Amino acid sequence: MWSVFRTLWAVFLHAFRRRETVQYPDEMPKIPPRWRGRIVLTRDPDGEERCVACYLCAAACPVDCIALQATEDEHGRRYPEFFRINFSRCIFCGFCEEACPTYAIQLTPDFEMGEYLRHNLVYEKEDLLIAGPGKYPGYNFYRVAGLSIGGKGKGAAENEAPPSDVRSLLP
Amino acid sequence: MPQLNEGMRHLLVVFGVLIAVMTVAPGLIWLERRLLGLWQDRYGPNRVGPFGLLQVLADMIKIFTKEDWIPPFADKPVFVLAPAVIVVTVLLSFAVIPFAPGILVADLNIGLLYFLAMSSMGVYSVVLAGWASDNKYSLLGAMRASAQMLSYEVFMGLSIMGVVMMAGSFDLRAIVEAQRGLWFCVPQVFGLLVFLNAGIAETQRLPFDLPEAESELVAGYHSEYSGMKFGMFFVGEYLGITLISALIVTLFFGGWLGPWLPPVVWFALKTFVFICGFILLRAALPRPRFDQLMTYGWKLMLPLSLVNLALTGAIILASA
Repeated sequence: MWSVFRTLWAVFLHAFRRRETVQYPDEMPKIPPRWRGRIVLTRDPDGEERCVACYLCAAACPVDCIALQATEDEHGRRYPEFFRINFSRCIFCGFCEEACPTYAIQLTPDFEMGEYLRHNLVYEKEDLLIAGPGKYPGYNFYRVAGLSIGGKGKGAAENEAPPSDVRSLLP
Repeated sequence: MPQLNEGMRHLLVVFGVLIAVMTVAPGLIWLERRLLGLWQDRYGPNRVGPFGLLQVLADMIKIFTKEDWIPPFADKPVFVLAPAVIVVTVLLSFAVIPFAPGILVADLNIGLLYFLAMSSMGVYSVVLAGWASDNKYSLLGAMRASAQMLSYEVFMGLSIMGVVMMAGSFDLRAIVEAQRGLWFCVPQVFGLLVFLNAGIAETQRLPFDLPEAESELVAGYHSEYSGMKFGMFFVGEYLGITLISALIVTLFFGGWLGPWLPPVVWFALKTFVFICGFILLRAALPRPRFDQLMTYGWKLMLPLSLVNLALTGAIILASA
């Protein structure tokens, strides 16, 4: 019987506590930077697209909401001809971000993606591409990768030794 | 001319009480949601109109425009009748509540007995609703409700007999007048406790809401109800809370008696406090098992009310 009154009193005291509610449209909630929200495609510090169209994100996607087509420019640099994410299917699991070898695809803390028409939830490449490098400011895939590409030969990448002549026996 | 005026005054009181009570019922929906929010560190409905007050209106529009569906397997006339019964019985009970010296619909000298009779009639609503729905959950809810309400009715009646003895009348106005010196909540504290418990059980409010226990019985006796018929059960429940609170105030807390403020204001204030108390009970307490509810009723509340009755009688006899 005593515990009943203690409970009543304890609950009554909650009237003077701070409210937990965040009154959302009037007041924005605090969202952590690693929140898995709207997906973006980032650019490297030089302003080029990071995506190399390797299809790993599309393969990792559990709901198959990513579609893309690879192509190459005149320097032999791969990039996606189109890149399409169907956000009406996307479950924001972040597997695409984990799969991406070049930090190109990233999830952001933006969650306000409501649309009145379902087909407006299909984002094309121009909707996904942003101007900046996202979460990894200094990173440029082609500068650290060993791939030879227009303007950068073998062994010219950062922390990369010049290629050894495998036909020579000299050390 | 004075005759006509008297008649007009009476009509005014009747409609005043009816309108006041019918406004309070939907208002309580808002109050309950706000208070539950308050005690759960939330805000509750606060977006429609000032303080969310127009939420009531939105709810009304919603419930009136809902599909009002009668299941094909239901017993149609009884199914329609059941929700009306509870509202009618509770509204009729308000006839004997003395809100203030002049504001009283029917000055019955057996007012309290009339209330008990009306609250017994309320059981029909629940039982008929459960029976007419032809649904096992509804029937289980109705069975529980009838067992619960019949058991708790026994000592609801017994618990207020102490008050009747002290006041020497079944007339609620006389009972309030008898509390001029000392409110009955002091000499009749056990009666108050028992009446409080029986009142919660009679209105089927949490923690004694076993007839509709959502987690066990879908929605108990009103599982099959929709639209305004369901709304009637809700209105009946909120009217029931108001009625029990008003009765607790009348019987144990001196009704309209109080200094400075006008009598009606005192009555409304006291009733409001008890309504908030009912909502606090809902916010704080879990629901007991049904056998616990019955044990609690028959093994604790009934003996307590009998002892209270005997002691009150003995003291009155000794002092006479």
